[in-house]
Amino acid sequence: MSSRGVVWLGSPSFPDAARVALKDDQLRANLKRATGTIRDKRLTVAAELDDWEELRTAAEAIKNRTARHLDHYLVQLEESVTAAGGTVHWASDAAEANRIVTELVQATGEREVVKVKSMATQEIGLNEALAEAGITAYETDLAELIVQLGDDRPSHILVPAIHKNRTEIRDLFRAEMGHWGQPAPEDLTDEPRELAEAARRHLRQKFLTAKVAVSGANFACADTGTVLVVESEGNGRMCLTLPETLITVMGIEKVLPTWSDLEVFLQLLPRSSTGERMNPYTSTWSGTTEGDGPSEFHLVLLDNGRTDTLADPVGRQTLGCIRCSACLNVCPVFERTGGHAYGSVYPGPIGAVLTPQLVGVEQAASLPFASTLCGACYDACPVKINIPEVLAHLRAKVVEAKDGHTVEGLAMKAAGKVLDSPRLLGAAQKAAALGGRALARNGKIGRLPGPLHGWTDTRDTPAPPAESFRTWWRKNRESE
Amino acid sequence: MTSRDAILGRIRAALTDVPSEERPQDVPVPRDYRRSHTGPGQDTVALFAERVADYRATVSRTDRAGLRDAVAVALTRRRARYLALPGGFPMELLPTGSWQWHTEPLDVPALDELDGAITLAAAGIAITGTIVLDTSPGQGRRALTLVPDYHLCIVGADQIADDVPDALARLDPTRPLTFISGPSATSDIELDRVEGVHGPRTLDVIIVEPSVSGH
Ligand code: SF4
Repeated sequence: MSSRGVVWLGSPSFPDAARVALKDDQLRANLKRATGTIRDKRLTVAAELDDWEELRTAAEAIKNRTARHLDHYLVQLEESVTAAGGTVHWASDAAEANRIVTELVQATGEREVVKVKSMATQEIGLNEALAEAGITAYETDLAELIVQLGDDRPSHILVPAIHKNRTEIRDLFRAEMGHWGQPAPEDLTDEPRELAEAARRHLRQKFLTAKVAVSGANFACADTGTVLVVESEGNGRMCLTLPETLITVMGIEKVLPTWSDLEVFLQLLPRSSTGERMNPYTSTWSGTTEGDGPSEFHLVLLDNGRTDTLADPVGRQTLGCIRCSACLNVCPVFERTGGHAYGSVYPGPIGAVLTPQLVGVEQAASLPFASTLCGACYDACPVKINIPEVLAHLRAKVVEAKDGHTVEGLAMKAAGKVLDSPRLLGAAQKAAALGGRALARNGKIGRLPGPLHGWTDTRDTPAPPAESFRTWWRKNRESE
Repeated sequence: MTSRDAILGRIRAALTDVPSEERPQDVPVPRDYRRSHTGPGQDTVALFAERVADYRATVSRTDRAGLRDAVAVALTRRRARYLALPGGFPMELLPTGSWQWHTEPLDVPALDELDGAITLAAAGIAITGTIVLDTSPGQGRRALTLVPDYHLCIVGADQIADDVPDALARLDPTRPLTFISGPSATSDIELDRVEGVHGPRTLDVIIVEPSVSGH
């Protein structure tokens, strides 16, 4: 099975990457502040709704209904989008999706596209595929712009550049913006307001002249063919409104049965994600509208491992994820290691369960172990995905995949570099299953008691890395 | 085999645990969440005004008779002189003065030259402090409220829905909709909220209420 683009090829296993990340004080400080801030905001606005649990239950049920009848809803979506003037394409995997998008762009004769932040297009490596065809994709979300200018990787679903501080961003803008378009002002300071203004100026001309845009989708309603993008900056509105051609790449699991089902998700998503009652902008469209917005709309429905995930009745619930990132912000492991350690576009608890399912457990065998099973992610998840249950299930699958190995032996291999011995890990897993939830009640763990101390101690006793990220990246790439 | 058939085939093969006679409606969805989070007898207009202002948008309340003055006050405060005016906008709402109203068709470069846009709305949502535009007469194409840096939006008190479920039921999902909750914002740099990136950096909302007797 190929890696389907989801994982960053050649990334070290989670324990190796985590070991390096744990020694980065700046990263840990940035993350701690970020996750703590969003966590508090989320708790405040979720508490405003006294039926939060009922909303979560409804969301879970809607996603369950959708998954159990996914073929029905996708066919219905195809009909309604087509009736509204859009064109629907089906892509089995990353390569096919990239080919479809590339050909659609080529058909317009354009060599540039503007992009709205989209997990699906990151997953398939669309920007790289377009670049190979001589097409430049400009990321327009501020954080994605920071990641793109830095030739970096996103480290968080919601705030992908959270591993960078303001001074690093200022330096990056000064050094790199000129290579992509409008340069940053000479006297740019590291004030967030000035940095945002520099991004506005840098992208303005691109928005006003772009002929083709590529987006993802947060939801699509099967009954009406309505597609939604939820955002904050207005870069989404620019991409969805001004170009002549709009190409949207959407995972097949994003379909919802009806327009009115959105009443649940539009309450849960902004509050769980940015901790706001509502995000600044939500755009919806059904096909094309005469005289307003793109005259051509293409919807690319992406499988890329999702049907494999669907086939597992335990793992299936993972497809309900609305990418709010709440589980990242409460995860004690994520808070310490950051997103890069997960080696995939999907970091944190959701990444630990989604990535191995999309690519096959044997491709990401250490990820199901990247958790203390504390359960904070399950409590935070607005669609009630039982991440600890799926993690435990995937651990068993990893064991099966490595036929003939004992649980302990395998666990040692997967996590042995962080947890010093199989004895510790076995005990840790038992302890985590029994009482671990209490360890991270506030989303924080200090030095852990008992068998888990081996893991937490790592932060204070740095060991020299075997090799730098760059070195093994290059080495592993070359051995492809 | 096309990819469409392959994917649909894989989905059907993946769902062997779903009984063949099960229909989508057979999967229960408990809907015992609230239709609205407003309290009994709560003043939803006041709530809407407060929640919109929470996003650092400026909100004013007036009645029909005071509307032209309220528009003049907002435009004067923002020093907005050259304004995009959507087709179908009721001309009697416009104040007289030194403002220049630019009517459609307006292409993107023309919009980029203007100070702002003045529009009506399709709906408001009290609990979330959201206004919704659906491009009906008086609201303009989506670009009109996107490219200029200032948006002045007039919402009728009777257009304000209590909460999200009620608002979605009022809206037409086949039209392009824009839900707006405050001005454009980002928190991408060290999570410091900065108002104003690509969308209009300034948002003013005027709520028009029925005339109070004796006013
Ligand atoms: S798993 Fe749940 S909490 Fe995590 S990103 Fe997805 S929806 Fe949000």
